Amino acid sequence: MDHIAWMAWTWQTGIFFAVLVAGLTAMTLLALRRPEPEKRGALGILTRRGDRLFISLLGGAFLHLLWLGLFGADLLLIASALSLFVATAIFRWV
Amino acid sequence: MAMQKVINNKAWFLVPPVLLTVAFSAVIPLMTVVNYSVQDTFGNNQFFWNGVGWYEELLSPSTELGGRFFDALWRNLLFSAIILAVEIPLGIAVALSMPRHGWPVATCLVIMAMPLLIPWNVVGTIWQVFSRGDIGLLGWMINHIGIDYNYTQGPTSAWFTIIVMDVWHWTSLVALLCYAGLKSIPEAYYQAARIDGASRWAVFRMIQLPKMRRVLIIAVLLRFMDSFMIYTEPFVVTGGGPGNSTTFLSIDLVKLALGQFDLGKAAAMSIVYNLMILAVCWVFYTVMLNLDTDRRA
Repeated sequence: MDHIAWMAWTWQTGIFFAVLVAGLTAMTLLALRRPEPEKRGALGILTRRGDRLFISLLGGAFLHLLWLGLFGADLLLIASALSLFVATAIFRWV
Repeated sequence: MAMQKVINNKAWFLVPPVLLTVAFSAVIPLMTVVNYSVQDTFGNNQFFWNGVGWYEELLSPSTELGGRFFDALWRNLLFSAIILAVEIPLGIAVALSMPRHGWPVATCLVIMAMPLLIPWNVVGTIWQVFSRGDIGLLGWMINHIGIDYNYTQGPTSAWFTIIVMDVWHWTSLVALLCYAGLKSIPEAYYQAARIDGASRWAVFRMIQLPKMRRVLIIAVLLRFMDSFMIYTEPFVVTGGGPGNSTTFLSIDLVKLALGQFDLGKAAAMSIVYNLMILAVCWVFYTVMLNLDTDRRA
């Protein structure tokens, strides 16, 4: 492990990136096995699953930052719950 | 969508080298920055867990870190807005007045391309000397017509210098992009407009501007991103001063990371900065993609 000591890993960020990589891999496999056409949703733009995942992740990141800025680090899990809710909505309607 | 064509998958072999390059140049450094952003360090490669502490501090304007971050952010957005408001109309105007035929075209293109070929730090040095009150032509002249101008002491002078420098450096890019858009308009459109007796304004509004829409979006994207990430030129000319008046986001980030060696704070700031750029990129990318599909539909 000494050769990656400079990257200053923590188990929390490790899990974060593992989930991210797993998500991307799953989406890639899904796109290969079950390709889907683009659809036009509430935003009026053409999206596939991958686009919706990207919007959800980026939106989730900004939701967490907004929560931190407005209410501080306590109850940050509420922001996570909100992000999940928003992500569901994005996958459903965007 | 059923695809009947046989797809040749050999091209995928070209992807691994790219993946490897991107991994070393972007993904691994970015992961490290994420790791830094949740920890504190006193050097010696020893890290201490800090959770979202840096982010919380960064996003609260009442703290020292948050205050300087938001100051730099507003400053940077103002800078981007000003240079876009100047460079886009000016670029269109220059493109419209460029010659369309014969040898003047080549001459114009070469002259226009010259500022784009000069390295950023050299541009900074040119303007630093050019704007000096004692030996610089610009600074000397402004002072001699009776305006108090000193970019090392007056924030207004510093902003003026940096904006004029950016306009000098990058308006050509907008102009060249617009010129490319204008060249793609068939002569028949202009003939039809002449037959209809269209005014110069109507020709611009109904023929030239719509044809330039795509290149203009690209120009706005490029100029926004570049000005939002600007570092070298203001660093060379003003070093972020006087005071902090021209400290834009990237300059502040470097001060924080390499000047004060606050790796945790700097990493949190990098991530937020990066997310903003990612969001803007996505918006522009989507707009461009949809322009394309709208036209096809």
